[in-house]
Amino acid sequence: MNRLARLWDSDIAWSFRHSPVAIVAAVVAVGMIFAAIFAPWIAPSDPFHPASLNLMDGFTPPGTPNAFTGNTFLLGTDDQGRDILSTILYGARISLFVGFASVIFAMVLGISLGLLAAWKGGWVGTLVMRIADVQLSFPSILIALLIFGVARGFIPPGQREQAAIWVLILSIGLSEWVQYARVVRGATMVEMGREYVQAAKVIGVHPVRIVLQHILPNVMGPVLVIATIGLALAIIAEATLSFLGVGVPPTQPSLGTLIRIGQQFLFSGEWWILFFPAMALLALALSVNLLGDWLRDVLNPRLR
Amino acid sequence: MLAFILRRIAQSVVVMLVVALISFTLFRFVGDPVASIVGQETSVADREALRERLGLNDPVLVQFAGYVSRALQGDFGISYRLQQPVGELILSRLPATLELALISGFFAFVFGVAFGVYTALNRRGWLSNTIMTVSLIGVSLPTFLIGVLLIWVFAVELQWLPSFGRGEVVDLGWWRTGLLTPSGRASLILPAITLGLYQMTLIMRLVRAEMLEVLRADYIKFARARGLSNRVVHFGHALKNTLVPVITITGLQLGSIIAFSIITETVFQWPGVGALFIQSVQFVDVPVMAAYLMLIALVFVIINLIVDLLYFAVDPRLRVERTPARA
Repeated sequence: MNRLARLWDSDIAWSFRHSPVAIVAAVVAVGMIFAAIFAPWIAPSDPFHPASLNLMDGFTPPGTPNAFTGNTFLLGTDDQGRDILSTILYGARISLFVGFASVIFAMVLGISLGLLAAWKGGWVGTLVMRIADVQLSFPSILIALLIFGVARGFIPPGQREQAAIWVLILSIGLSEWVQYARVVRGATMVEMGREYVQAAKVIGVHPVRIVLQHILPNVMGPVLVIATIGLALAIIAEATLSFLGVGVPPTQPSLGTLIRIGQQFLFSGEWWILFFPAMALLALALSVNLLGDWLRDVLNPRLR
Repeated sequence: MLAFILRRIAQSVVVMLVVALISFTLFRFVGDPVASIVGQETSVADREALRERLGLNDPVLVQFAGYVSRALQGDFGISYRLQQPVGELILSRLPATLELALISGFFAFVFGVAFGVYTALNRRGWLSNTIMTVSLIGVSLPTFLIGVLLIWVFAVELQWLPSFGRGEVVDLGWWRTGLLTPSGRASLILPAITLGLYQMTLIMRLVRAEMLEVLRADYIKFARARGLSNRVVHFGHALKNTLVPVITITGLQLGSIIAFSIITETVFQWPGVGALFIQSVQFVDVPVMAAYLMLIALVFVIINLIVDLLYFAVDPRLRVERTPARA
């Protein structure tokens, strides 16, 4: 209880309570994450279970009963009679899974290489930062595409569909690690000059322990900001790749795949198949982005 | 300055060699080049003969040298999927991509600077607020979604503009342009907006931030005290001094525009290099991927070089030799 009270009184919580944008963004983001996690319980139907589909329900406009079956769907149905609301919930699940997994992967890789570059210095540090510089001069979506293409070349054609989601996480993660490495390296260099690190060195604490237990917690602030904005970027990157047809297979559609499918029906007037997944993606990316902006302003006292 | 330029060119050559190495590794080790050429009934002896003829048994370094020298002559091998020389494929599609990228880059720059200056000078106006809000959405919307929504509104609902392709093109012998026909120009509008919107918001926000910074400087106050007109102060003094970072970002963004054209070209079925690349990723068409990698790297290296050289033209301070006091 005491701890909760302290959290309520803290700087971050105060700034959160006084920022309507942050509150709305948090409500939207957390709501969508919960809806995605509990999709199997919330969704009106399981859109990928053949038994729950009825082709007669196809192309039902949102909120109006189907001409043949009389069933009503809140957000309408697609060509195969799948409920759009359910496909969005299940799709957000995959989008968020890929998003979180690739951010964690990029974070772990970036933090490790950043700490290594700062602590070891020398040619190891130079090499890591050179690679980072070169990679940073190319747009990350291009890097992700290239890694995706190369990784697919190594996977036998029969297993490409199954492995797609992991290849996707790998390629988005590898395209985003640079930010973490640069920030962690910079912050670690600063921390390494501080007295507490020197004191720890003097009393003979193991270097690995100094880095992980003493320095790492002190450089996590900016990492958290990058990770939040990185989540929005990863969700958009996943949606883009899936939209381009090089992401997750159509049997496991993410929000990007749903938009790709919806685009085909735009010209025949079934706008809802495209519109609602697009709005879901926009709400998700925008809310996470705004949260990241807010967090950056709070954790960076210079900007206040 | 000559030493600086030579050093930059040397660095660029090193970068290109590294990219060539990656590209060669892709070309040589992802998948089996022989298996992609021969049919299933080819005997082992024939395969071995082909392997020898293609030079696949030579030392790797010799193969790499051969790859680089062939690449310099524009020979990137044969596409697995289309069975045509990759160099020709890319050349035939390059004009479409360059036209799209240059035009959207140009409009992103012009509108970005114009909106940036306007919002910096009228900070509290309703139009400024509207522009800033719209730009926030422009930054957050993924490129492909902008394209799809534009198609929905302007091609499907209003039916003002075509939604795919380049329209009618005119063949100038070495360059197929869509700029000379009405349908070609109409087809360019939606893709150019899609491609340029993000860069425009970026340039706009940068110009605005830089202008606000510069307008607070002492020499602006002094210029006003001298009784110069607003127009001279704003454009002759303030805007001129914001241009260095703006040129850097615009130049670097031109590279991003070419990269993002992958997405735009796919959305609008624009017959450019980016669409070719996406198809090669889908079909694991390694020679095309390797060649595209080299092409993009070349574009980025050249743009970086030009941006560095432009600094000298824009910022006179850089033209002065570095004195020990500043270093």
